[in-house]
Formats: sequence, structure tokens, C-alpha cells
Amino acid sequence: MTSLPSAAVVIAMVVIGIGTFAMRASFVSIADRLMVLPDDVRVILRMVPAAAMAALTLPALLRPGGVWDPFGPRAIAGLIAGIVAWRTRSALLTVIVGLVAVVVLQPLLG
Amino acid sequence: MTPTDSDDLRAAAWAGVRGVAPLLLGVAPFGLVAGVASIEAGIGLAGAVGFSTVVFAGASQIAAINLIAEGAPLAIAVLTALVINLRMLMYSATLAPHFGRVPRTRRTAGSYLLTDQAFAVSIVDYESHPERSAHEKFAVYLGAGMSLWCTWQVSTIVGAVGGGAIPESVPLGFAVPLAFLSLLVPAVLDRPTLVAAIVGGTLATVGAQWPSNIGMPIGALAGVMAGWLVARLDMESALAAMPGQGHSASSAAEDHS
Repeated sequence: MTSLPSAAVVIAMVVIGIGTFAMRASFVSIADRLMVLPDDVRVILRMVPAAAMAALTLPALLRPGGVWDPFGPRAIAGLIAGIVAWRTRSALLTVIVGLVAVVVLQPLLG
Repeated sequence: MTPTDSDDLRAAAWAGVRGVAPLLLGVAPFGLVAGVASIEAGIGLAGAVGFSTVVFAGASQIAAINLIAEGAPLAIAVLTALVINLRMLMYSATLAPHFGRVPRTRRTAGSYLLTDQAFAVSIVDYESHPERSAHEKFAVYLGAGMSLWCTWQVSTIVGAVGGGAIPESVPLGFAVPLAFLSLLVPAVLDRPTLVAAIVGGTLATVGAQWPSNIGMPIGALAGVMAGWLVARLDMESALAAMPGQGHSASSAAEDHS
């Protein structure tokens, strides 16, 4: 617990922090100039939530730990949780049902 | 500012807090992992707190800390972390038009709080509350972002101090993709967004083992482009069908009058 990061690690951390902040602030900081957008840009931006959330979700369901397992416990738990999300629109229920499903399915399928 | 204005802002901020609250179930275990990883990498509690405050981006933080632990060159750790966070550019671009009327300094400072969850919770809220002003929209975003920030700091500290007290049999880490799944469902609004999700998710899965987690941003970008293409094709076919429909609609209106 007494260990401290080396100076080199602190520098790496600060560079990652600055770079990440720059990407976060990129468009938001010039937002006043982005209030009127061409229709095509509007359509493109409308796709971002669906594409990004799917790209964050599907690999963890179909390929947990990097191993293809499209009919494994996580894929099936994800399917069940997806139906719950669709029917209830509740994030809390989605997470809880998904976790319960994977705990139940793991010993059966894993 | 009139009292009603500040009431509306407070209500909007609470909407953000409420929206992100269930997702914190996925954030907390992720933060614990980041805290434990810091200890294992030998950068201690100070390193855990440093990364959580300076970087404040879970996946990139854990990846960088693991690379440092493995003794990889620091340049590789930096590059990997930044590639993982490329998606922030997309989120920033998508949120920007909503924040146009918020003063620049506040917008820029607030962008520090940008995460997957704060982004998605905000967009879902704006979709169902188009009447919100730019300031209210920004308040929704800040409410979600600050709740997540506090949760992230507390959970990384608990992970660094308490480390590894979570039983292996409960896959709490699975709460992370489940939280994203609950954000994915309301993001699928129509045919183009469905195609964006299918293409983005599939390509990210195919590329799950590509270096530096590049599969995620590449998949997301391909999904966005595929959705855009479908939206354009849909729009063109709708335009092509327009003249006939336009006519019958106007004549129907005349009949009614």
C-alpha cells in the first residue's frame, strides 16, 4: 500500500488524461458553431448511440474473454436481459435479471 | 435567472441522476477492478486515485494499468489508452449541438465528465424530452456525469484498499455490458439505427482481439456509416414515392374540408 507510481508512470497518466480530455472537449468546446448542422451530419450523429452501445455490448456477450461462445451463458443471459430491457425500459431490472441469469446458467452451460 | 428557471435546471439535473443511477450497478464493480489492478501493478492507492481522477475512463485506465504491470513500454500504454477513448470524439460530436447555448468555459470544463453512460443517458433523455433548453440538457448531462464520477472515485478507492474481497462466483463485471445493453435498446429507434447497431456490434465482436481494443471504435464507426447509408437509401426511396402520395394526401385534405 505504501507503493507509489514512478515519475514515468505519472507522466504517462497525465498524457493519457490530457489526450482523453482533449477528445471529450473536442466538439463540445466548439458547440456554439455546431448548432446548425447539414442534414447528413445530423443523420450520422443520430447513429452514434446505437452503434457505440452495440459495439460495447455484443463482444462481451458473444465472445467473453475473447473466446467465441454465441450460445454460452453470457449470450443467453444477454438475450434474456435484452428482452427485459425492451419490455420494461428499466436499466435496473435489465442488470439484475442479466446477472441472475448468468449466475443460474453458468453451472448449466459454462 | 428566475426561480422557475433554476427549478427546471434542478429537475433536469435530477433526471440525469435518476437515469444513471441503475447503471452505477455496473460502474461500481468496474471501479473495484480498476482499484485492485492498481495495487497489482505496484502503483498503489495513489496511482489508483491518480488514474481515476486524471484519466477518469474505466476501460482505458484498466488497460493502461495492466500494460504497466506487464512492463510494457509506457508509450504503448499511452497509445492503447487513447485508442480506447477515441469513442469520446463521437460522443462529443453527438452531444455538441445540444449544448450550443451553454457558455463555452462551462461546456469545456463539463466535458471532463463525459463517459459512455453519461452520454447515452443524456441522449435517451433528450429523445424523450425535446422541449428541454440547452441549459437543461447540460444539467441532465452534469447530473449523470457527477453521479458517475463520485461512484467511480469511491469504488476505485474501495478496490485499492479492500482489494479482491469479491467472490469469483459472482460475475459482477458482467454488469458492465448489461448496463450498456440497457442503453442500447432505447437507442434503436428505427431501421437505420438497427442496422447501425447490428453492423457496429458484429464488427466489434469480430475485432474483439485486435490490438489496443481498436475493434470497438472501428466497429462503432462502421455501424454509424452503415446506418447512415440505410437512412439515405430510405430517404431517397421516400422522396421517389413522394409526388403520388403528396397528391393523394392533399386531395384527401380537400375532401375533408
